[in-house]
Amino acid sequence: MIEREEVLKVANLARLELTTDEESQFTTQLGDILDYFEQLSELDVTGVEPTTRAIDVSNVTRMDQQQTCEDRDRILAGAPEQDGDFFRVPQIMAED
Amino acid sequence: MASIRELHQQLVSKARSATEITTAALETVNKLEPQLKSFLTITPEQALAQAKQVDAKIAAGEDISLLAGIPIGIKDNLCTKGIRTTCGSQILNNFLPPYESTVTTKLAAAGAVMVGKTNLDEFAMGSSTENSAYQVTANPWDTTRVPGGSSGGSAAAVAADECVVALGSDTGGSIRQPASFCGVVGLKPTYGLVSRFGLVAYASSLDQIGPFGRTVEDAAILLQAVAGYDPQDSTSLDVKIPDYTKSLIPDLKGKRVGVIKETFGEGLDQVVAEAVETAIQQLKELGAEIQEISCPRFRYGLPTYYVIAPSEASANLARYDGVKYGYRAEDAESLMSMYTQTRAQGFGAEVKRRIMIGTYALSSGYYDAYYLKAQKVRTLIKQDFEAAFESVDLLVSPTSPTTSFKAGEKTSDPISMYLSDLMTIPVNLAGLPGLSLPCGFDAQGLPIGLQIIGNVLREDQVLQTAYAYEQATDWHQQSPKVCA
Repeated sequence: MIEREEVLKVANLARLELTTDEESQFTTQLGDILDYFEQLSELDVTGVEPTTRAIDVSNVTRMDQQQTCEDRDRILAGAPEQDGDFFRVPQIMAED
Repeated sequence: MASIRELHQQLVSKARSATEITTAALETVNKLEPQLKSFLTITPEQALAQAKQVDAKIAAGEDISLLAGIPIGIKDNLCTKGIRTTCGSQILNNFLPPYESTVTTKLAAAGAVMVGKTNLDEFAMGSSTENSAYQVTANPWDTTRVPGGSSGGSAAAVAADECVVALGSDTGGSIRQPASFCGVVGLKPTYGLVSRFGLVAYASSLDQIGPFGRTVEDAAILLQAVAGYDPQDSTSLDVKIPDYTKSLIPDLKGKRVGVIKETFGEGLDQVVAEAVETAIQQLKELGAEIQEISCPRFRYGLPTYYVIAPSEASANLARYDGVKYGYRAEDAESLMSMYTQTRAQGFGAEVKRRIMIGTYALSSGYYDAYYLKAQKVRTLIKQDFEAAFESVDLLVSPTSPTTSFKAGEKTSDPISMYLSDLMTIPVNLAGLPGLSLPCGFDAQGLPIGLQIIGNVLREDQVLQTAYAYEQATDWHQQSPKVCA
C-alpha cells in the first residue's frame, strides 16, 4: 500500500509533474509493485554482504592527463537553448 | 539467408560486391519496414559509403575482416556520432550524439555496414518493444504479435533478414527474450566483457551489450569484434579474449550440463517445457552429462531486479533535465517547472513508473528495506549459481515462460509483463553469460528459445554447447512468414 500523498512526494523528488490520472494510476500500480516486493522478506539476509556489482573491479585509475574536447560547438549546438558559451535555462530565482 | 562466412566468401571471391550486398539489405528493409517497423532510423547513405570503402579495399587486394561489408543493425540506445539516437524516447527525439560508442567504433573499423538504428522499449525498459515512443515493432513470425523486448527491433530485423547481425543490450533479458520470441540467437556476455562506453545507461550494475545472429557462428563473430577491454568503461574487464570461433565444435562429450529445476514450475507453457526437455535430451545424445540443479533463490530474482534496476534507473535518468541536450518543455516559468514539465512530457508511462519506484526505493527511510535488501538477496542468488557451477559447466532453462504474445495483451498489467523475464533476470544479477537459441515452435508456428548459461567469462563453453545443438537441429533454417 502507498498513499497518494507519498506518490506526490516521490514525484517531486523525481522531478516529474503528474496528471491527476497518473496520480491515481501510480498510487495503485506502485502499491501493487511494492506488495510484490514483499516476497523478499521471506529470505533471511542477516550477515549477508550486499552485491553492488555482479563482477567487481576496483581501483580503476588512469593518468590525470588534460585532454581537449574537440566538439565544444557541437555539444553546445545540441542544447535546447544556448547563449554564447553557456547553456541557457529559465529563471532560477523567483522575485519574491 | 546467407551467413557472415558465406557473404565474406562472396566478397573475397568477387562474386558479389559489398555495395551489392548492402543494396540488397536496404531493399529488404524498404520492403519490410511498413509491416515490421524494426528500425527507427535507416542510414542508406552512410551504409553505401561504408560498402564502397570495403569494395575499394577488396579491389586494392587488401585483406578484409569477416565483418567487412556485412549489413548490421544497431540498437538505438548506442550513441552514433551525428546520427540520431533516441533510445525510443521523446526526450531524446532530436539527440545527435557528439561522440561514438566504443562498440560501433570497433564495428566501423572492421568495415561492418550499419543499415540503421533499431527500435526498442523506451530506455530499454520493457519486454515487448511496445514502450517505444515511436512505433510498435511486429514479430516477423506473426505480425500481430510482439518481437519481445527491449531489443525487439534488433531481433526482428535479424529474423527477417533486414540485416545479417545486430547489436542489442540486455539488463534483465533484453537480448535473450526477444531472440527467443523471434527465433534467432542472442547472447548476453559476462558483465564487463563488452565496453559500454556510449551505451545510454539504464541500470548500470546490470547493463551489457551483446550480439544477435541467425546462427551461433554469426553471433560469435560479432561478439569477437566488440569484446575487449576499454579504459573508457570503468567496469570493463581487462582479460584476454579467446578466439570464440575455435570453440564452435559440434561435440559435447564430457560437458556437465545442469537443468535448473526451479525454471520448470508454475507459469511455464506446456509447449515450451516440452521443447526444452526435448532439447536437453538432444544435448545428452551429443555427449553431455545431464543433471538436475536446484537454485532455490532463483525465483527471488524478479522482485530483486525490480528494486535494483528502477533504483539505478532513477539515478541514471536524472540527467534528462532539458538543459544540455534533448527535449525541453516550452514556456516553463521557472527552472523547477522546466524540469518537471520536460520530464513529464518527455518520458513515457513505463519509464515514469520505474523512475517513481526507484526514487521511492532510494528515498530516506526506505533504502535499507528495499535497495540494500535487494542487493543482499542478489548475493544469495549469485551464491546459488556459484554452488551450481561447482558441479556443472553449464546451466540450461527455457529462455522465457511463453512464446510471443499479442500486441496490447500485457500493456495494462506491468507485473504480468515483468514475468516474461523471470528466467533471464537472475543471470544478469550474477553477471553471467547467457544465450538463447531456437529449440522448437509452438502450434501457432512461434519460436521457442533455449537458454544456456555459462560461468563467468565462459562464453566459449556457452557458444560450443549452442553450436553443437544447432548443428544437430534445423530450427535455425526455418524462415519467418514475413519473408515469404
